[in-house]
Amino acid sequence: MTRDTSPITGGSTVADGHTALTEADELADLRVERTPRPGRWIAIAVILVLVAMLGHALVTNARFQWSVVGQYLFNGFIFGGILRTLELTGLAMLIGVLGGIGLAVARLSENPILSYMSRLYIWFFRGTPVLVQVLILFNLSALFPRLSLGIPFGPDFISGSPNTFLQAFTTAVIALGFNEAAYMAEIVRGGLLAVHPGQRDAASAIGMTRLKSMRYIVLPQAMRIIIPSTGNEVIGMLKNTSIVSVIALPELLFSAQIIYSRTYQTIPLLLVASIWYLVMTTVLTLAQTRLERHYGRSDRSTATGVRSWSLLRSVRTSMPNRGATQ
Amino acid sequence: MTTPAAPLVRAQKVHKSFGQVEVLRGIDLDVYSGDVLCIIGPSGSGKSTFLRCINHLEKIDSGLLMLDGKPIGYRRRGNTLRELKDRDLATFRSQVGMVFQHFNLFPHKTALQNITEGPIRVKGISPTAARAEAEQLLERVGLAKFGAKYPRQLSGGQQQRVAIARALAMHPKLLLFDEPTSALDPELVGEVLEVMRDLARDGMTMIVVTHEIGFAREAASNLIFMDEGIIIEQGDPREVISNPHHERTKAFLSAVL
Repeated sequence: MTRDTSPITGGSTVADGHTALTEADELADLRVERTPRPGRWIAIAVILVLVAMLGHALVTNARFQWSVVGQYLFNGFIFGGILRTLELTGLAMLIGVLGGIGLAVARLSENPILSYMSRLYIWFFRGTPVLVQVLILFNLSALFPRLSLGIPFGPDFISGSPNTFLQAFTTAVIALGFNEAAYMAEIVRGGLLAVHPGQRDAASAIGMTRLKSMRYIVLPQAMRIIIPSTGNEVIGMLKNTSIVSVIALPELLFSAQIIYSRTYQTIPLLLVASIWYLVMTTVLTLAQTRLERHYGRSDRSTATGVRSWSLLRSVRTSMPNRGATQ
Repeated sequence: MTTPAAPLVRAQKVHKSFGQVEVLRGIDLDVYSGDVLCIIGPSGSGKSTFLRCINHLEKIDSGLLMLDGKPIGYRRRGNTLRELKDRDLATFRSQVGMVFQHFNLFPHKTALQNITEGPIRVKGISPTAARAEAEQLLERVGLAKFGAKYPRQLSGGQQQRVAIARALAMHPKLLLFDEPTSALDPELVGEVLEVMRDLARDGMTMIVVTHEIGFAREAASNLIFMDEGIIIEQGDPREVISNPHHERTKAFLSAVL
């Protein structure tokens, strides 16, 4: 069969019976040609060259000192740092989530003072760098030489210098947690607002109190929006914990810094820290993808979330007419 | 205790504004047990707002709205009305069922769970008993095999029938319908109206805000035409529809019929 790629000449020669017959034949054999995309192949070539250059540098540049990286990768001191990073992430997120729910509920409250205070909190903690917040809290004793817990303007139960309560770890957990609460508040608020108001009406109409309506109807629906975003926040928090290295808390980054300040093997130890951060964020990302898939499944649209992991797959699926030409 | 002649719902000079706009401008109305009251009228006439006031989803500004002789949403002490606490309000609402224009089924629950949610969480009925009754209710609305389906797996008509079953599960004294068929594809309207006709025949007290003039003519015991926050005309549905007295009623009916 001849393969004619000229545009379809519909019905222009219908009068001629012979031509009509061959046209039918040709129609049966008609194929849509793959659109040539030379630009795409040029881009791939350029990228491959760049990747090769990077790979070459990684292997041949002796200053990367991969042997040192290998030496410290499973070092006990580094593991101690990893453990502290995980503790910090967990505790700060706990404060963040609980604080965030409280702030979100306050923000949506009908009580104008509560709502305003919540907005003020969020404005301050989102509007200043978390690094500054960590430093302020760490230097609280300069501001309040003596802190006490007791009845306002009345007797104290406990009192002392902030330095005795706020050691590096506590400071870090509180500062990161309070900062996170501001971000979580917006996420929780978004989740609560995304639940259709008719749901509250329906819950009220069957005789639910506000608390029951929140517990059984609104929150379970808001969770679908809140949980995936919270996963993102956990990943962000894990990396953000590195900033508390400024208050000499030996989490992963500062543990690496302690070693290289002694050995001067700066780059290899930063690589060790980076590798472990990547390992942890990758595990968390995988967990988050599963979580999103879980929550997306019962969702109305199945198209949400779950990005393809395979770069190859995404290149392939975006290539047109792969199936058509067989 | 109410005497047999006392109305189930009584509205006296009910006013309600949203900001500057007065949507209810003095509604007077009595609904007796067993009545099927249909409310028709152009959009923005206040009929849905009035319906929402009857279970205190909206608060009235002045006047008196009573169910069974007790003020709706308020407690009367001498000459003052104080709004009920959340818990008492919930108890009051549990005896008034409501069916919404957009169904408002709980999307994270199956059809059966939508129906059992109220009996279990509000009335404290055992899950087994609640489920057994929910299955009967599903059968009553013609959806016996659909208990395990989620709302998104059901058609609009099916969802609305589940919503009716959900309201019935609380054994309400009164059922409110807020344009129950307005969000439905035309071919699905019939199945919902059929269920509502059955309820009317069984003696359920119903207040129905609707645009279905045919349903109002057949099933209603009383018809109200509302416009601009007041009742323009009321009476026997056949009489009002075939022989309206007021110009506005005539204009509205000729536009929708």
